[in-house]
Amino acid sequence: MKVTESVAIDHGLKKEEFTKICELLKRTPNITELGIFSAMWNEHCSYKSSRKHLKKLHTKGKQVIQGPGENAGVIDIGDDDAIVFKIESHNHPSFIEPYQGAATGVGGIMRDIFTMGARPIANLNSIHFGSPQHKKTKNLLRGVVKGIGGYGNCIGVPTIAGQTNFDESYNGNILVNAMTLGLVNKNKIFYSKAAGTNKPVIYVGSKTGRDGIHGASMASATFDDKIEEKKPTVQVGDPFTEKLLLEACLELMADNSIISIQDMGAAGLTSSSIEMASKGKLGIELDLSKVPCREEKMTPYEIMLSESQERMLIVLEKGKENYAKKIFDKWNLDFAVIGKTTNSKKIELLFENNKVAEIPIDLLAENSPMYDRKWKKTKLPQKIKFNKDDLKTINLSDCLKKILAFPNISDKKWIWDQYDHTVMGDTIQKPGGDAGVVRIHGSKKAVASSVDSSASYCFAHPFSGGKQVVCESWRNLISVGAKPIAITNCLNFGNPEKEKNMGEFVECVEGIAEASKYLDFPVVSGNVSFYNETNDRGIKPTPTIGGVGLISDYKKIITMDFKKNGNIVYVIGKTEGHLDQSVFAKDFLNEKKGAPPSINLFNEKNVGETLLKLIDLGLVASCHDVSLGGILVAVSKMCIKGNKGIKINPLKGLINKFEYFFGEDQGRYIIEVNKSNIKKVSEILNNNSIHYDEFGTVDEKMLSFKNDIKLPIEELSNVHKYWLRNYMDS
Amino acid sequence: MKSSVIIFPGSNCDRDMDVALKKFGFKNQMIWHNDQSIPKSDLIVLPGGFSYGDYLRCGSIASKSKIIRSVIDFANSGGLVLGICNGFQILTESGLLTGILQQNKYLNFICKNVYVKVKDKKNKYFNNIKKDILELHIAHNEGNYFCSRDEIKSLEDNNQIAVTYCDQKGLENDENNPNGALKNIAGIFNKNKNVLGMMPHPERMIDKYLSGEDGSLFFENLLGNLK
Repeated sequence: MKVTESVAIDHGLKKEEFTKICELLKRTPNITELGIFSAMWNEHCSYKSSRKHLKKLHTKGKQVIQGPGENAGVIDIGDDDAIVFKIESHNHPSFIEPYQGAATGVGGIMRDIFTMGARPIANLNSIHFGSPQHKKTKNLLRGVVKGIGGYGNCIGVPTIAGQTNFDESYNGNILVNAMTLGLVNKNKIFYSKAAGTNKPVIYVGSKTGRDGIHGASMASATFDDKIEEKKPTVQVGDPFTEKLLLEACLELMADNSIISIQDMGAAGLTSSSIEMASKGKLGIELDLSKVPCREEKMTPYEIMLSESQERMLIVLEKGKENYAKKIFDKWNLDFAVIGKTTNSKKIELLFENNKVAEIPIDLLAENSPMYDRKWKKTKLPQKIKFNKDDLKTINLSDCLKKILAFPNISDKKWIWDQYDHTVMGDTIQKPGGDAGVVRIHGSKKAVASSVDSSASYCFAHPFSGGKQVVCESWRNLISVGAKPIAITNCLNFGNPEKEKNMGEFVECVEGIAEASKYLDFPVVSGNVSFYNETNDRGIKPTPTIGGVGLISDYKKIITMDFKKNGNIVYVIGKTEGHLDQSVFAKDFLNEKKGAPPSINLFNEKNVGETLLKLIDLGLVASCHDVSLGGILVAVSKMCIKGNKGIKINPLKGLINKFEYFFGEDQGRYIIEVNKSNIKKVSEILNNNSIHYDEFGTVDEKMLSFKNDIKLPIEELSNVHKYWLRNYMDS
Repeated sequence: MKSSVIIFPGSNCDRDMDVALKKFGFKNQMIWHNDQSIPKSDLIVLPGGFSYGDYLRCGSIASKSKIIRSVIDFANSGGLVLGICNGFQILTESGLLTGILQQNKYLNFICKNVYVKVKDKKNKYFNNIKKDILELHIAHNEGNYFCSRDEIKSLEDNNQIAVTYCDQKGLENDENNPNGALKNIAGIFNKNKNVLGMMPHPERMIDKYLSGEDGSLFFENLLGNLK
């Protein structure tokens, strides 16, 4: 096939990019080379629109062993243990084919983790769908949940937490973000950087087929009405093979045979081989005739661009080939020496004894295009004046019941019942808590993890929203008694070529950077997903934050269920009554405008750290952060979980009860304290200048507030628990 | 007391079972599916997971694996064989137990705590357990037990039904049947009651910080009987 400008454009390259490629090569690339350029220069692999701004992120910290730039980030959790973790998007394929898209998203992120020598110990996911009324939503949700479960359950890694959100901005582009945590000895971490020339390059895992060709390019473009045609770009998952690959790789890693290892994810053999060589400042030579293929007559172009799953590329110490092959034979996996490292700093491809491609590696990696795209700042929206007289006509009980059954507030048990969350025998906080918690096998330690996003806040004001998501993650970890350590981010945005979308991205990143720096909560890994747009309609800006924290003694874990009648309930952190962008304002009053709650990072840090102190001293019986829906929703969830009631005290001061109960001011938690500890708790809070309200007393099975609310917990529980199940059955 | 846990490619509860057996005092060893024979054992366990991917009928390929011949011989000579979840599926596929495990009635994977009623205590798995109702944990997509009318009659006549799904008080009805299993069956024995297959995972219920501790009663009793 003759390569022309129009062929290049069909490959997703811009006209200028094609001209640049010809200039750099000093010739027109052949079709295989063009395929390689298009795979490496697309947004998904090159980060060409985001790179400039990602540099602003705070990525360093005392416990950071590896920040962004590797397969995943690594943090030190003491005693030679390290946690490897990352979140990644699989949005585009999941919309086209929900089961396989979601399944291979989970498979891909787990490979990123065990590539580094870590055994995966927990999976999480954040999934966003269109309006529940949209005709596609139900099937997409069902398919995605089955896909996530189908893959994770089979591998045998527990899915310990997640987040599900519905909003019409996702009608044409759902989000599927999958996160994995793995455990590794910090002295036995494997990296993707190759070293030394003439070392054998090994292909292991599944055979290469024609699935997923151009997957990364597909994920670097917007959708239109013809997306059905893109089905062949979706990969097909085989969790069984991945399980074998996991065990085989870990078995080989016990020895010192591996110099570098990289999974074949987006852009398959192309990006894995180029990344290894590029990081090691080496060249690489591959004989594509030696690649194990599933189908006949595959061309070099197809072999290089296939995104068949469950494959790895390894640079091995010379002489270790037989030893390694035995392990892969035992696990019934393909093993082939397909090339070697060279000092040419080029990627050279052979096929049936002909050279079919030769490209200097720096053109594909560090010298790939980088854009400084134009972007527009979002102004802080004006404050909404709510009519207090209108509010007076609302019945508080009815309002609470309605909010508890809102799609974004209701219980998501229907989803996580389908995920194996207990396999591996170390899950101590199951899904449904503020964060999932797994023990470090055989030790006293445990890690907590949570995924969060706040698209409405980010949409209203990206900079505040970016800060808020980081704080939300921090709070969720503290709520279970974990010391927050680091985060990973999955940045889901619309079309970066539009100034508004690019502005949302830039300001969210700046918000994330500011909060993570202040809280000493660095970003150690992540991924960017642009072009979440269909027929010109983009998603709300949705940065998803996956946070990880450490609990030094798992017996001190805190859960949110109310524990004992007579215990005192406090709201800690100040309530101003910020209703703009709250669930109450948006979904109950239908007032979608206004600014998100502001973030005071000093308070956030002070409240969080003081609460950790209280937890460490054993003074807290239960804890839950106040987030979507405000105080009353948070307290209701604590009642439902513990099957206990609460008698809420009359409000002090002049605050309006709707603002107090449904305002979404930040930096707040609800804690339950045994009467005998009240004095100590208030002393510590006062000494740290933390505002707190004595909110109520844990009571027998009834949530009550003066004469305004008298609701049996069973009634609350029924409206909260069944929305999703009924929706899926309807 | 010696136990052996068989690892098939795709097993994923092998480590959990190893941890549980050792916690209660078994000397456990892990046996690879391709091994010819099983070392001398008092108990053989087929753990949960997705043996060979379970892309065909669950457990069917594992039931034809090299090691399974030794498991059948061991069972036929009276040795204790315990199959949990995928292990139960392998036992029905290999013919050591009656019936089959179909896809769950509501077509979804289910992971949650359940209550089961112990239906027979004249066996080495449940004999000295004082409780009649145990809280255990299930995690499966194909746990919907089914067999023919003659077979169920024979299971009942010989007291081969081991455990059934129920509520906290022991009531067995459709509401407490998570997967649509015939007669709420969660586990059955062979005729001699040395082979037990069940869907619930006792190995996930051995720690109060995890899902609960009723699984401990199961392992303690088993060990007590083998001493």
